[in-house]
Amino acid sequence: MKKNTNFSRRFFLKTTGAFTLLASIPAVLKATYIQVKEFIVPSKRIVPLTVSVNKKAYQLDSDTRTTLLDLLRENLDLTGTKKGCDHGQCGACTVHVDGERVLSCLTLSAMLVGKEVTTIEGIADGDHLHPMQEAFISCDGFQCGYCTPGQIMSAIACVKEGHTHSVEDIKEYMSGNLCRCGAYNGIVESIQKVAAS
Amino acid sequence: MKPFELIKVTNTKTALSHKKEQVQYIAGGTNLVDLMKKNIHLPDTLLDINDALIRHIDKKDNRIFIGAMVRNTEIATDKTVLKELPLLSKAVLAGASPQIRNMASTGGNILQRTRCPYFYDITTSCNKRIPGSGCSAYEGENRMSAVIGYSKDCVAVHPSDLCVAFVALDAQVHVIDTDHKKSIIPFQDFHRLPGNDPHLDNNLPEHALISFIEIPENPFARNCAYIKIRDRASYAFALVSVAAALHMQGDRIIDARLASGGVAHKPWRWLEAEEFLRGKNVSDLVFSQAADIIVGDLHPLAHNGFKSNMLKGAVETALAQCLVV
Repeated sequence: MKKNTNFSRRFFLKTTGAFTLLASIPAVLKATYIQVKEFIVPSKRIVPLTVSVNKKAYQLDSDTRTTLLDLLRENLDLTGTKKGCDHGQCGACTVHVDGERVLSCLTLSAMLVGKEVTTIEGIADGDHLHPMQEAFISCDGFQCGYCTPGQIMSAIACVKEGHTHSVEDIKEYMSGNLCRCGAYNGIVESIQKVAAS
Repeated sequence: MKPFELIKVTNTKTALSHKKEQVQYIAGGTNLVDLMKKNIHLPDTLLDINDALIRHIDKKDNRIFIGAMVRNTEIATDKTVLKELPLLSKAVLAGASPQIRNMASTGGNILQRTRCPYFYDITTSCNKRIPGSGCSAYEGENRMSAVIGYSKDCVAVHPSDLCVAFVALDAQVHVIDTDHKKSIIPFQDFHRLPGNDPHLDNNLPEHALISFIEIPENPFARNCAYIKIRDRASYAFALVSVAAALHMQGDRIIDARLASGGVAHKPWRWLEAEEFLRGKNVSDLVFSQAADIIVGDLHPLAHNGFKSNMLKGAVETALAQCLVV
């Protein structure tokens, strides 16, 4: 017996047509889904970003919504800067931009073009800690340590700005950094120690 | 936070050409970024105006001009300001934290939104956030709210300290609108009372820019004080604050300025008390009488009756401190 292996032209057109149609459905569905999604959820804006942190230049693509704090922690793996409140109320995220202390949680990374960022990772000289870091250790300037990077960055600025004439002066100019353990006395002592040296 | 496009503009012409609905200007970002994180402000586009506007303090014809991009710290430490407008420096240093003062611009300080807890809580009604939704604070928790000039639709207060000093010193706001027309708004008329449309904080035309603040020559550099009372010693918004300035001739008050923060939807001038002080000789009694005139105008809400006594003390203290040179 000989098998009939001849396909008719009609059979060929019908099957290929059906497969093409079937294959195109998922694409149409997906395109519709994307259109609906974009209508409801606006798409991210990714921009190329060049930023200098601790004298090292980084180039990456970043969402315009990325704060400096999230950029440091999530993209650059510089997790020394801490996220406390994320709303500018606690000072845990304090870093220096062009030498001035600022809150990285309220700074948009995309606005930092041409500026120099310094974080807690950038203040030691190799294995030699910054004098403020040494002072925080010797004066018990911390307990749990979570607010400490922000405290130290703020303390360095406080000394540089010259607000160390009295305990009251130091407390006033360190009021943007909260410490829930209550290591304030040690922090004030650390600042006095560095200011005196 | 809703995604947005960020455009850096380098001159006012380009900045003002983006007249779309959901465009917002950004300078220091200390208030706006927070409001965006809380989904209270939802701009499609942010225009970074830091390089488009002036960032220095100038003196011309005995008038002082403060650029809109001048940072709070720069006002507080500027030599001309310290010598001729020390009240501005005192007010700035009473507000925020050193980090925020390094970031925050003068224009942004004037345009910052209220810190009423209901404005910040998007699960509650607030006429500032959603016009017509109702005021949760009027019959709710209103310890921090206004004691004068409020309406049933809004009892929020303006949070700035710097603006209290600006209004006391008869500052003027220089504005450029979207037709590139320049105009001047007296500081006293810049912010609004809530009335029936509290979603409007001020009289700045839509999408217009503040270019700088002008402060006329004044005789108040020697005798001025800023008293701020808050829940903690530093880094908190005012329960009440008082800017006081006296022009003295011996013991006689030739002219006086009194303004307050934490009491109303706008920085509040106490014109009646100023008038009372003119021509009087200084004494504790006169200061107390001036404070009584001020307190007599207040209409505290359910939870902020304490502001009356607090304000009386703050006014007396501020006036007395004016004389400590």
